Amino acid sequence: MSFFLEVLIGGLLAGIMYSLVALGFVLIYKASGVFNFAQGAMVFFAALTFVGAQEKLGLPIWAAFPFSLALMILLGVLTEKVVLRPLVNQPPISLFMVTIGLTFFVEGLAQLFWGTKVYPLELGIPDEPIVTTFENWGISLAGVPIVLQEINSFDLIAAFVAGILVAILAIFFQITRVGRALRAVADDHQAALSVGIPLKTIWAIVWSVAGFVALIAGLMWGARNGVQFALTFVALKALPVLILGGFDSVLGAIVGGLIIGALEKLAEVYIGPFFGGGIEIWFAYVAALLFLLIRPEGLFGDKQIDRV
Amino acid sequence: MKLTTILLALTLSFFLASCGDSPDGGGPEAVDTQFFGVTGYRVGPYGPSGAPIASGYIDYLRLLNERDGGINGVPVSWEECETEYNTAKGLECYERLKTRNKNGPTAIHPMSTGITYGLIDKAPIDKIPLITLGYGRTDASDGRVFPWVFPLMTNYWSQASAIVRFIAQKEGGLSKLNGRKIVLLYHDSAYGKEPHGILEKESENLGFSLVKIPVPHPGNEQQSQWMRIKKEQPDWVILWGWGVMSGTSIKTAKKIGFPREKMVGNWWSGAEVDTLAAGPSASTGYYAASMNLSGDHFAVVKEIRKYVYETGKGDDESYIGTVLWNRGVVQAMLTAEAVRLAQTKYGATSMTGAQVRWGIENLELTQSKLDSLGFGDMVPPIKVSCENHEGPGLVRFQQWDGVKWVAASDWIVGDKQLVRTMVEESAANYAREKNLTPACLDR
Repeated sequence: MSFFLEVLIGGLLAGIMYSLVALGFVLIYKASGVFNFAQGAMVFFAALTFVGAQEKLGLPIWAAFPFSLALMILLGVLTEKVVLRPLVNQPPISLFMVTIGLTFFVEGLAQLFWGTKVYPLELGIPDEPIVTTFENWGISLAGVPIVLQEINSFDLIAAFVAGILVAILAIFFQITRVGRALRAVADDHQAALSVGIPLKTIWAIVWSVAGFVALIAGLMWGARNGVQFALTFVALKALPVLILGGFDSVLGAIVGGLIIGALEKLAEVYIGPFFGGGIEIWFAYVAALLFLLIRPEGLFGDKQIDRV
Repeated sequence: MKLTTILLALTLSFFLASCGDSPDGGGPEAVDTQFFGVTGYRVGPYGPSGAPIASGYIDYLRLLNERDGGINGVPVSWEECETEYNTAKGLECYERLKTRNKNGPTAIHPMSTGITYGLIDKAPIDKIPLITLGYGRTDASDGRVFPWVFPLMTNYWSQASAIVRFIAQKEGGLSKLNGRKIVLLYHDSAYGKEPHGILEKESENLGFSLVKIPVPHPGNEQQSQWMRIKKEQPDWVILWGWGVMSGTSIKTAKKIGFPREKMVGNWWSGAEVDTLAAGPSASTGYYAASMNLSGDHFAVVKEIRKYVYETGKGDDESYIGTVLWNRGVVQAMLTAEAVRLAQTKYGATSMTGAQVRWGIENLELTQSKLDSLGFGDMVPPIKVSCENHEGPGLVRFQQWDGVKWVAASDWIVGDKQLVRTMVEESAANYAREKNLTPACLDR
């Protein structure tokens, strides 16, 4: 039982790391209806800028963060000006295609600026197993004390960071004037423009906020795996989370991450050996697709009702 | 001026400025040069591993020109082609490079198993030898079936067998492996499955149990694999990783508390990029196989510093002495020495691919020759023959001390007889499939 719980909790915590990436997708989709294929590249760009600023420009860690954030905001503003503005009112597929092009550009730009080396990233967060026993609280299963060895300090802090991010984003979207404008723009570009919402400003803001989320995700994933090109692949982990949680729900990104993380880890450990192992990636997609059949808009996504 | 116009102008200026750079080494058009076509990958997901190899290779070619004026008076030229570790791009590079220079490329190091497979049928037609140091088809060690392919030094099966012997050394002898449990944590690809056959045989012969756990590409999250490892409670873990997978494995081992002193990586999981990605301290104690030693104390490295870097012609000084940069230097040296040997038979001029092929197949680098070249014990003595395109099949083990790799064993040989039997069986199957008659060329 302890082992099952360890796998489950490990999966939930891994899922939180996926949610960090998924949040960036959600933000842009929520505000512009665009599936931003470049989100993984933005995570890579942000993390590489953070370590590159320290390695190549000699900035201290406290200065590297605002520097990276400033560059991400600049990237967001430029994306709006150069890439998105000419495509206002174009079909969503055009906007999606342009983000594919943006992916390669951002990946190339990051390597051009900061090189292709692997950088270790130490944030000072301990990454050790924490042995947790429930014995002291008198919790046991059939008289056997439950001891969890797989709860990891880094994962717990990542979960805490994700929680704070979600709280900030929820407040931003629900309470602030800009947040409400973002939601209006997401519903209908033209209608939003007609009531005086500055579409260009809103898009620049949302891409900048997505840049901030990419920076946080990049730092957490970079601290786990080192900062390297492979950070772009973390987007693959976020896709089933988005399918399950809904493309336009911040809460969905978190809950979807938890479910996908837990499901894929349990599947790999308990079902994987019957298939020769290595099933977790496709299993996550299969689980998400099955869920899609039941609820196409995802767990928390807005239901689309079109008049015909 | 509009922002888009400014950006367009900047991009164009940058592009034009980049076009102005010409390759050093005289360029492929120089008269009677020994032309080296360099296929490598400096960008993309595997760029951190590819860049030091390509730099080491080219730095050695630069040394030959700067110090010796080339190979026996024939200047060396080269052209680098970026493959991004992508098979289609690699094949395109090969097609481009084979048209350069009057003799085409000296030899091609495809730097990818996928690209190697794509070139195996082309190389004999174009008469361009393929050198696949530490990757590619293991059965190409049988030169009677694969006369144009040279794994050189050692191959995957010899490496896997040597890893088992290294573990046995640590356990106190081969007999001590009986009853032990070893997990093979492998990249879920053809590359990762390459050692399955040999390790299964070793497991039967030596009595240890083998548990194979795949990691799906790219391997940047391994919680569940390491939970399985924890459940299996193995004595050792063999890591057969690539790219981000290797560093993540080491990091996750630390995360669950598995001792790194009980992990042995293969040579594609044993470079600085892997240990740095995991974090230098997380990797402390981790072992890895290697076909070459790291370090900048070798005479040849000092020569490169003196003739190449001190004259401002080097690539990236931070790579010097790393495992992969040294491997690039070794690759270039083996190719250059094959050219030098071919010149003794065909004359001191630029060599064709067919002549270089003869040079590689008859290459013999004794310890005194290696010493004179400045390599010392960076690599073991090498002797190639028609039957044996692998060479010595020796592997050395290094351990990460928290800052750098340090040698942790002498050169170790695996079960040579077992490996050779498997190589010949596999090569014979290939020959039957392709309707080839195994034979030695140039004999």
